[in-house]
Amino acid sequence: MKDLKPEDINVIVATDCGSTTTKAILIEKRGDEYRLIVRGEAPTTVEAPFEDVTMGVLNSVAEVEELSGRKILDEKGAIISPAKGNVGTDIYVSTSSAGGGLQMMVAGVVRSMTAESAERAALGAGAIVMDVIASNDKRLPHQQIQRIRHLRPDMIVLSGGIDGGTTTHVVELAELLSAADPKPRLGIGYRLPVIYAGNVDAREAIKNTLGDKVDLTIVDNIRPVLERENLFPAREKIHDLFMEHVMAQAPGYKKLMTWTDAPIMPTPGAVGLIMKKIADEEGIEVVGVDIGGATTDIFSVFQGTFNRTVSANLGMSYSVSNVFAEAGLNNVMRWVPFHMNERDLRNRVKNKMIRPTTIPQTMEDLIFEQAIAKEALRLAFIQHKSFATVLKGIQQQRTIADAFAQTAGGLTLVNMMTLNMLIGSGGVLSHAPRRDQAALMLIDGFMPEGVTRLSVDSIFMMPQLGVLSTVHTKAAVEVFNKDCLIHLGTCIAPAGELKVDYSSTTRREEKEILKFKFHMPNGETIEGTLKYAEMKKFPLGFDDKGVPLKAKATLEPLRGFDVGAGKGTKVEKEISGGVTGIILDGRGRPFNVPVDDKIRVQKLKEWMIALEIYPKEALERL
Amino acid sequence: MGHAYTPGLKVTEKLLVTKKRILPLKGEVLVKVGDKVSPDTVVARTNLPGNVEPINIANILGLPPEDVPEHMLKKEGEKVKENEVIARSKTFFGLFSSECKSKSEGTIESISSITGQVLIRGNPIPVEIKAYLEGEVVEVFPKEGVSVSTWGSFIQGIFGIGGETHGELKIVTKDNTEVLTDSLIDKECAGKVIVGGSLVTSPAIKKAVSVGAKGIVIGGFDDKDLREFLGYDLGVAITGSEELGITLVVTEGFGQINMAERTFELLKSKQGKMACINGATQIRAGVIRPEVVIPYAGDIHQKIETEKFENVGLQIGSPIRVIREPYFGKLGKVVDLPSPLQKLESESSARVLEVEFADKKRAVIPRANVEMLEE
Repeated sequence: MKDLKPEDINVIVATDCGSTTTKAILIEKRGDEYRLIVRGEAPTTVEAPFEDVTMGVLNSVAEVEELSGRKILDEKGAIISPAKGNVGTDIYVSTSSAGGGLQMMVAGVVRSMTAESAERAALGAGAIVMDVIASNDKRLPHQQIQRIRHLRPDMIVLSGGIDGGTTTHVVELAELLSAADPKPRLGIGYRLPVIYAGNVDAREAIKNTLGDKVDLTIVDNIRPVLERENLFPAREKIHDLFMEHVMAQAPGYKKLMTWTDAPIMPTPGAVGLIMKKIADEEGIEVVGVDIGGATTDIFSVFQGTFNRTVSANLGMSYSVSNVFAEAGLNNVMRWVPFHMNERDLRNRVKNKMIRPTTIPQTMEDLIFEQAIAKEALRLAFIQHKSFATVLKGIQQQRTIADAFAQTAGGLTLVNMMTLNMLIGSGGVLSHAPRRDQAALMLIDGFMPEGVTRLSVDSIFMMPQLGVLSTVHTKAAVEVFNKDCLIHLGTCIAPAGELKVDYSSTTRREEKEILKFKFHMPNGETIEGTLKYAEMKKFPLGFDDKGVPLKAKATLEPLRGFDVGAGKGTKVEKEISGGVTGIILDGRGRPFNVPVDDKIRVQKLKEWMIALEIYPKEALERL
Repeated sequence: MGHAYTPGLKVTEKLLVTKKRILPLKGEVLVKVGDKVSPDTVVARTNLPGNVEPINIANILGLPPEDVPEHMLKKEGEKVKENEVIARSKTFFGLFSSECKSKSEGTIESISSITGQVLIRGNPIPVEIKAYLEGEVVEVFPKEGVSVSTWGSFIQGIFGIGGETHGELKIVTKDNTEVLTDSLIDKECAGKVIVGGSLVTSPAIKKAVSVGAKGIVIGGFDDKDLREFLGYDLGVAITGSEELGITLVVTEGFGQINMAERTFELLKSKQGKMACINGATQIRAGVIRPEVVIPYAGDIHQKIETEKFENVGLQIGSPIRVIREPYFGKLGKVVDLPSPLQKLESESSARVLEVEFADKKRAVIPRANVEMLEE
């Protein structure tokens, strides 16, 4: 990095080289604050016939030049630095997921302990974990060996044992690795990087077993004692090796590495970084999701702990058929307020899979696609909840009540009631024709409880801001808050359910479950009640500067329902507005869709009309 | 912004088709540049390292791991047979002995004094790569494989299942709209690549497999039948390794869709010729589509006047096919290309085009939802 003090940095260019497009953003200091000026994009040029990632970078930066009037590239196509007047940039940073991102395999002794810690380290660093090999994963050794050989990952993390514990098992794993003699995905001429992050006492034996066959690096144990995870050294090493080996093999990256003022980060790693920073800075709990064509990434920060999961085959185009297969027809159709022929539906889904770039033209098609998105989010979140847990395998003090609860340990950290903010991004959320649709997809997919702010990252610049936060936190956080997020508003969902499922014969939905009062910024007071299985929306927008307006909410849930302070307990809270405003969700938690098909369709239409999700006339027609 | 439409799949009468035939690991190339090959010619061969079988000698013989090496009867690198004793321990002044036998034939790969584990590497697994096409070897990659070229007709499908195969082309439907049912398939189809019209039914596929047909080329296929045929719901479009006794190449998509007339006519004109087909499909970065290659006999070096198709993008008059509802599968010609974004019924804003269908009816469609057809 150049010798510039953070306060002297006025112009920043950041790029994200994705698998299909390279996105560049220009940030400038205007007065006292950093703001996004323009963004540009161009196709990524990693694959043939270009095979040089820097071409896509230069094209996207050239578009930024055109749009902003700032000259950033010199005649030779190099980035001009530092900035002088309207020429050049002070720093340039980049992330990358081109060429399939960082694909890793992890190995650990016990699946739910060291192997899971290794998986957490890899995911946190932004990798796609192709497989987890563990001594107790129920596969026979020769099956494990075949799998390792078949996968060709970019890198392997090997862990196992607490410091001072038994060494046999982890060395056994090393022997399996050695027998498999794994080859890296890219570059025939180099040896596969393997990071050993296990029991310190086994280091010598690991060196003897693997030293000749792979490029072995040893870092501190990922699980030095059972009660503590130490993921940082392994994550850092993964980033270093990503730069040294994986990126260096990808076409054009050697050149790109010399241009940037901070190491190139894997895209999801950078997103995780910015999310963690925001959560730390504001002291809030956050869940973020990026739903793409092939995969869905979920990030969360609960109790200060960051977790990330990648659901490799849940997505809206390449993987759409898999969402359908995993969720099942009925789960997708429960969100659709009309009937469709199964044969036709199945063919539609498969046709989207084989022609992934098409877009919904009719309202019917849009509703169906958003129904699939809700299921993709729900499934990805289930995976995330089971992964984002307190450490497993630790002795816990239990009361007799816990014994009845029958939890197997490894309690999830995810608590929908304490969650403060839900951030969505990815085509189906960011490009929904109505922002209310994005809000409802987030609500139906994640089922937030109590009071939760909703937002979408409209142009997905979290990756660039993440890598920027490593060199200039202030700029990254300011741009994140002011330009990155589109605030949708606040969802208020009392948790609890009425004992009997609502149906046509019993009108339980008539029952009131929440009294609410909003003191709006214009002095007006809105007061009312929310019935079970009812949804309501109230506008609460932005001030002149585009900052979301705030309202003071008094929420009185009825017995058996909770909005954050316990069942039946009143909550007073400041809530934020946005494009959608305030959404009251009286469908209860856990949410059960009406079993009777006729009532289901009728209720869905009611909710969608109340929240203005789709045009009323279209819903009535379909 | 790049092209906001899907470039069409290739359907070409004459094309120089070149295929790389590469081994998974380095090995031996069996042909040289200029050699004439047929689909079944083996062009390269290698041995994959055998499977590894670990045996925990320490556990079996009840020894501390560090004592395992001295009880081994076989050393690293030595060959062993199945059930051969590889380690023996004696206890109680040699009165009792316990043995450990090899579970498979192979070579002792390693003996560990830390884990007490012995790894036995099975015999190498031979792998052969065939030419797949009828043509000529044009390039040799030493120890890795070759490139084979041929002049031929080339048809790309949209989706397929099953791997490489070849057989004589046989058209069984009267035109590109007829459904391929089981009644159209008989013993004559054995060893053939059969061509149908708008849809292949599940009983027809089963019959084709039972009579020993090599492949089916068809316009459309129902997902419900796909699930039944595969035995599972296909989640991600990565195919080619299925072993179902037949290779399927779908040219248009899922559902009943007429095979493009041009494709059908081309196949019909090649009736009786040999077709090399591959159902392998991968719809991700580095897209792989299924294909039909009908090789021409003759010199690959001859200059043949080929059809020129320049990818000029969508223009007024370009023939297109709609690839999404509500006009899915319909063919027409572009009559207008307005540049400003337009609001669709779904309320999304997108770049659109106006198309005139064969029945002279017109419609406005997002450019992302059409694919170009080659004239």
